[in-house]
Amino acid sequence: MRMNIHTFMYILTMHSTRFHTPNALHIMKKGSVNMKRNKLVSILSLVLVLALVTTGCASGSKGESGAKNNEFRMNLASEPPSLDPAQATDQVSFTIINAIYEGLTIIDENGDVQPGIAEKWAVSEDGKTYTFTIRSDAKWNNGDAVTAHDFEFSWKRALDPMLVPEPSQYAYQLYYIEGAEAYNTGSGSVDDVKVKATDDHTLVVTLNAPTVYFESLLSTAVYFPVHQSVTENEAFAAAADTMVTNGPFTMTEWKRNTAITLEPSETYYGRDNIKFAKVSFTMVNDSNSELNMYETGKLDYAGYPTGSLPTDQYESLKQKYTEEFQIKGTASLYYYLINTTEAPFTNQKIRQALSLSVNRADITDKVTLGGQLPAYGLVPPGIKGVEDEYRAEVSDDYFKEDLELAKTLLAEGLAEEGLTELPAFSVTFNTNELHQKVAEAIVDMWRNNLGVNAQIGNEEWGVFLDNRTAMNYQVARAGWGADYNDPISFIGLFTSKSGNNNTGYANADYDALVEQVNQTTDAAERMKLMAEAEKMLIDTHSIIPLYYYSTVYLMKPDVKGVYVDYKGDIIFTRGYYEAE
Amino acid sequence: MVRYVIKKILFMLLSLFVLASATFFLMKAIPGNPFQSEKNIPPAIQQMLYERYGFDQPVWKQYLNYMGNLLQLDLGTSMKQQYVTVETVIKNGFGYSLQLGVLAILVSIVVGVLLGLVAALNHRKFLDGFTIFIAVLGVSIPNFVVASALQYIFGVQLRWFNVTGLYEPLDYVLPVIALSFLPTAFIARLTRSSMLEVLSADYIKTARSKGLSGRVILVKHALRNAILPVVTYVGPMTANIITGSVIVEQIFGIGGLGKDFVSSITNRDYTLIMGLTLFYAVILMIARLITDIAYGFVDPRIKLTRGKGGS
Repeated sequence: MRMNIHTFMYILTMHSTRFHTPNALHIMKKGSVNMKRNKLVSILSLVLVLALVTTGCASGSKGESGAKNNEFRMNLASEPPSLDPAQATDQVSFTIINAIYEGLTIIDENGDVQPGIAEKWAVSEDGKTYTFTIRSDAKWNNGDAVTAHDFEFSWKRALDPMLVPEPSQYAYQLYYIEGAEAYNTGSGSVDDVKVKATDDHTLVVTLNAPTVYFESLLSTAVYFPVHQSVTENEAFAAAADTMVTNGPFTMTEWKRNTAITLEPSETYYGRDNIKFAKVSFTMVNDSNSELNMYETGKLDYAGYPTGSLPTDQYESLKQKYTEEFQIKGTASLYYYLINTTEAPFTNQKIRQALSLSVNRADITDKVTLGGQLPAYGLVPPGIKGVEDEYRAEVSDDYFKEDLELAKTLLAEGLAEEGLTELPAFSVTFNTNELHQKVAEAIVDMWRNNLGVNAQIGNEEWGVFLDNRTAMNYQVARAGWGADYNDPISFIGLFTSKSGNNNTGYANADYDALVEQVNQTTDAAERMKLMAEAEKMLIDTHSIIPLYYYSTVYLMKPDVKGVYVDYKGDIIFTRGYYEAE
Repeated sequence: MVRYVIKKILFMLLSLFVLASATFFLMKAIPGNPFQSEKNIPPAIQQMLYERYGFDQPVWKQYLNYMGNLLQLDLGTSMKQQYVTVETVIKNGFGYSLQLGVLAILVSIVVGVLLGLVAALNHRKFLDGFTIFIAVLGVSIPNFVVASALQYIFGVQLRWFNVTGLYEPLDYVLPVIALSFLPTAFIARLTRSSMLEVLSADYIKTARSKGLSGRVILVKHALRNAILPVVTYVGPMTANIITGSVIVEQIFGIGGLGKDFVSSITNRDYTLIMGLTLFYAVILMIARLITDIAYGFVDPRIKLTRGKGGS
């Protein structure tokens, strides 16, 4: 160590033989001042030269479009925790799974069901039995044929209550199948689950009741097939080379926390429709960095649902990238839950007063800035109704914002509860900049419009979820996205048995309506019942709908065929670069 | 000397044990669980998961299980990233973090000492004031501001560097600067004040009057004494760089351990939290140990062992 310091300092001082010190000044020669200045000059020039050299080196490889290599580049904000279709629960995992696997059906750009691995199917008279014909040219990426047996195996696997490492969190989506719930909750046998492969290409499924959106469900991950060899290797989904997949793309590389690369599967039956040569994902968890990557030509797509863009730059991005900046409505609802089991919020008028005094347009225009739409109902736009969207057929004009009415209602409600003023209460949300801004704005509105005092409090995600489930809150933020394209995906939330109710709302009439909806086959009748249920819920003001979500993203103008669907999922498998 | 090191290592192990226990119990005390999500899981399934991972057992039993595994150097499997062992996570991420960290430490020491020297040798002149100014900037600006500014100016505007990733050697420049900004400033200040003190000491005057050349005095006598505070700082500096790397890695999209460290807590990924905490603790303790040993070499006045002479 001694030698190193010496040698190092020797090299450093090689050009200077004299130096200053305060006390030694009179001993040293004055010539050393010039020596110091020269040294400074030479250092600066060295830096300048280095800079110029690196500029020269750098400018060659920057700003290339993905079109050059026919490569579509996106960013995932985080590492997918699981790429097992039965285990995945988050958007990041679904983005990859939706590209490397395919189910019986797929959803097209218009939200309509199209054949996937099943080339056709027939439904019985009573609407309960489906017979699927598996296409004969469907193959796994190792060359094996995809058979009906694979589907029977995979669905039963997803329902397995002892599945490793965790039983599927989405197993409940399979409960429409007769015998499924019993098996999954441990009270029935796997042999009683009514899904059967009668031969290699025929799959017969019997449901508990006619379910109009069943075909749409078949395109979701929990219904995807997995290769039967997974029984030999439970960690099959943890690395690219052990995954056997049947979708349009194959994973060729998975560098944990760094990158994922997909390439078209040569055995896919629709190989000719796949135009990209490569789809690659980086994993950068910072919205500013993601934007910087897009601007320097490292990404062809930036923003939701896989990544994010800085919200405070939406306005300037809109101006700068008019063609590339997109806002698409997403079928998700942002709302506040009210704990209806605790006074004073047991009183409907008080709740109504709170809901009526929020200016939702101000929230979406000035706070969230993402082109979201004010919400007055439970079911967002994009969800199918009978012919058109549900929201187009059933207007969400259940109530209007009205300050005067709100004040009156508040006074009446307080009087009914024997209070002179509303005691201060808390609004909680999980730690997040956006949720904080929204809460601050709303609490401000309540103070100015109604004269009520509320404090906001952020809680860490896990703590927040715990408190909300345990009804340990007064007003709490919530969000819900569509699992499948039917209003019942939202309406079903507020039955008294629902594990995601969280408000304490329990109404036997509501439950009865939902039960009826699940038994009815007539589309128009179902919609009517669901509209009734929605009105029933909103009229009690147990929730305060705030806005319908939107997906904000940037995409290079020469990318075509890539879109965000009603759920907010990105579909890129049929994308391509438009030739110039 | 050897006895000293052994004593230190034993003490390290004791500290690690205390740390592991404290972290374990704190972790169990936080509300929430690894299986939480917005869509509530049916209670029956949650119960089954608890049993499978042993969470239904009393906490002290879980503690003994964990400690038993730890003694066999088995850190377990991540609860969130399926089938990925904690050891794999650390191996994957540490490579990046280590490269950045070591480079940052080297740059901090070299540039910091240089700056401090230049300032001390030009006391009360322009260079001195300039160095102080840089030093104050370095200590006051948070490193995520530095990182974002560097990324924007040199990555987006000037296009001199890639904005994210660690694929080419040039990619290291911006993250290392961001990481070493504060330590460099701190070391510059330290070196400067310590050098000023040393240079005005009597023995320097003696050396000069003996006719020794400036270079010899500087290197052989002054620097060795002035460098002591810098050596002391290496311990806290390593800690600073490790924690600073969390945000710098995030901004530059580098797959190091920083991201896992933070997200494991949000995910309640118990095994990963424990593994990473212990890993960082070991790193910090080793840094301290190296510092202590370095003392003995740099300043013979400091005897590491009690009693007469070394061992």
